[in-house]
Amino acid sequence: MSNILEVQNVVKQYGDYTALNNVSLQVPKGSIYGLLGPNGAGKTSLIRIINQITMPDSGLVLLDGEKLNPEHVKHIGYMPEERGLYKTMKVGEQCLYLAQLKGMPEAEAKKQLKYWFEKFEIQGWWDKKIQELSKGMAQKIQFIVTVLHQPKLLILDEPFSGFDPVNANLIKDEIIELNKKGTSVIFSTHRMESVEEMCDYIALIHKSNKLIEGKLEDVKRQHRTNTFQVGIVTNNIEGLMLQLTHKFTLNQTNFKSLNDDLKLEVHLGQYNSNELLSILTQFGQVTHFVEKIPSVNDIFIQTVSQ
Amino acid sequence: MSVLSLIIKREFIAKVRNKSFIVMTFLGPLLIVGMTFLIAYLSSVNKGEVKTIGVHDRANVFVNDFKNSEDIKYVNLSGLSFDKAKDSSSNAFEGLIYVPEVQNIEELATKTTYISDDSPKMDFLMNLQKVIDTKLNKENLKKLGFDANTIEKAKIKSEVQFAKFSGEDGLKYLNEIKIGIGFAFGYLIMMFIIIYGNMVMRSVIEEKTNRIIEIIISSVKPFQLMMGKIIGTSLAGILQFLIWIILGSIIMIGATFFMGGNQEAVATSQITAEQAVVATNFMSQIQLYLHEIPLASILISFVIFFIGGYFLYSSFYAAIGAAVDSETDSQQFLMPIIMPLMLAVYVGFLTVMNDPHGTVAVVFSLIPLTSPIVMLMRIPFGVPLWQLALSVVLLYGTFIFVVWFAAKIYRVGILMYGKKPSWKELYKWLKY
Repeated sequence: MSNILEVQNVVKQYGDYTALNNVSLQVPKGSIYGLLGPNGAGKTSLIRIINQITMPDSGLVLLDGEKLNPEHVKHIGYMPEERGLYKTMKVGEQCLYLAQLKGMPEAEAKKQLKYWFEKFEIQGWWDKKIQELSKGMAQKIQFIVTVLHQPKLLILDEPFSGFDPVNANLIKDEIIELNKKGTSVIFSTHRMESVEEMCDYIALIHKSNKLIEGKLEDVKRQHRTNTFQVGIVTNNIEGLMLQLTHKFTLNQTNFKSLNDDLKLEVHLGQYNSNELLSILTQFGQVTHFVEKIPSVNDIFIQTVSQ
Repeated sequence: MSVLSLIIKREFIAKVRNKSFIVMTFLGPLLIVGMTFLIAYLSSVNKGEVKTIGVHDRANVFVNDFKNSEDIKYVNLSGLSFDKAKDSSSNAFEGLIYVPEVQNIEELATKTTYISDDSPKMDFLMNLQKVIDTKLNKENLKKLGFDANTIEKAKIKSEVQFAKFSGEDGLKYLNEIKIGIGFAFGYLIMMFIIIYGNMVMRSVIEEKTNRIIEIIISSVKPFQLMMGKIIGTSLAGILQFLIWIILGSIIMIGATFFMGGNQEAVATSQITAEQAVVATNFMSQIQLYLHEIPLASILISFVIFFIGGYFLYSSFYAAIGAAVDSETDSQQFLMPIIMPLMLAVYVGFLTVMNDPHGTVAVVFSLIPLTSPIVMLMRIPFGVPLWQLALSVVLLYGTFIFVVWFAAKIYRVGILMYGKKPSWKELYKWLKY
């Protein structure tokens, strides 16, 4: 699979401050790519370079295999974190204007607008000014403006901030639908649960450096700790514990269960899961046996605090 | 449609649709005309006030020479004692002219006193001195043996004629008219720069506070956005001026007709001295004046200097708008911009009027920050071509440099939120 976007060894400095230190990324075509990192890590600097708002000091950015050039703004839809619209301009005119700035012919833009306005059931808003709309309504317009010109690559910086849960869900479904139709999405956020839910790939940027990049499962696999959550119903707790502590490190844990069972977190260390299981079966009924998969949140916090 | 023209179109429409623009466009000329008539009316009210001045002249030297005028009435208090005359004057009159009794009448040249708590009006004082001079001169001449008739015969009143080396007849008041025209155009440019420069700045700040800026510059270059804004706003301004000129002319013509050609009211209006000439009905003379005033070169220069000056200053305004978060923060950066404009107007008033081709006037008409105003004030007097060319080259050269400089500040500034930058920081931005 080819990459929609390749960032190669990008360096960006502001005065003495290095915002991006030799960062490289590969965003596969058709993926939803989570760009993670704490505040001030350099995400926005990178996104601005991809959008050609600023130029990198060195390094290369390729969009769909081509070196980034001014024509490419047509193929990128960008929703920045700091976003807004002209308050005194009418909704319809504003959407048309922004679409035309992206190089869309007026007639085509009108057609697309009609589609989106019908989809969101907001046909009546055409002649309203943004200042007459509620914040949530304005956010919908903001989203339409971002995707109107049918970009190949959608870059969303904190897309759900400012949306109420209903609208956030609506937008999430739209993003997934666009992705199914072939749009690649880069998605920068602090909301880890939406990353878990939506992203195929993630990259973690911290202190101007890229620390992690890859397929979500691969990243998780790399960060597995060989820890299993175990539930067992037994009447010889002491014997079991003696046996287990001999080989493994144990922790208290908690998970939902219908049984009155002993709940443990077991680090396998040098042993494998079957050895653990064979010990457990000697002592009673195993009710729960699951590898503990690190959440994106765990990986994030673990990596950043290292 | 190209991106730049899209931006220009949007900026133009946004400005023109603005309510305050519409109100100003149509109310502006009415306000100006209204003010003109108000001033004319007020000065006529002032005229009606008659001031009474006492004269204490026991020897009857000057008493009969003080003639009552429209606004001054003289009362002879010579019958009273000096102290009484002083008391009654200080209570009831504006002042008292005291002519002491002297041996030798010539002493009066320095001993005549005007007593008043208010400082006297200029023309009153001149008149007073003229009366004394004339009288004493006459007395002196009489003493020397000339009789009154001879003196009267010897009087000559001069009237200097104007001519050119080429032999044509010169025109009176031509200089005044030229000054009027030069100032009108210079002033127009200053007003336009301040009003529309501010508009550019406000529109940049608006995009920053609306947070739409990042969306726009992900589609277009900051430079295109800045230029589009400056051009779009200036087109709106030009439209407004055109409407003003048309409306103003209609109102002026109407008012002139209505006032029965009240010369004074029209002359004080800001629609230049040309109109004053129209109103005085010297229709045949207009041709002569128009011939003398280089109208074509004034208009062409106006356009050239106007565009150069406006773009130069607007770029500054755009950069300032980008650097700050709100209009209140812009003050510290605006000062250095307003200063050269004010300087230009003052230099224009003080030097061009006296000597349009003096060193100071020439230098300031070459310096790009002041040249649009000062040069336009000079142009009616005829400016050597090399100076014009140099001034234009300097202006447009600086303009290109300033646009480059402003675009750098603009590019960085529009993405900086939440802090008021210092001059030092602005300098750092130039290097990003």
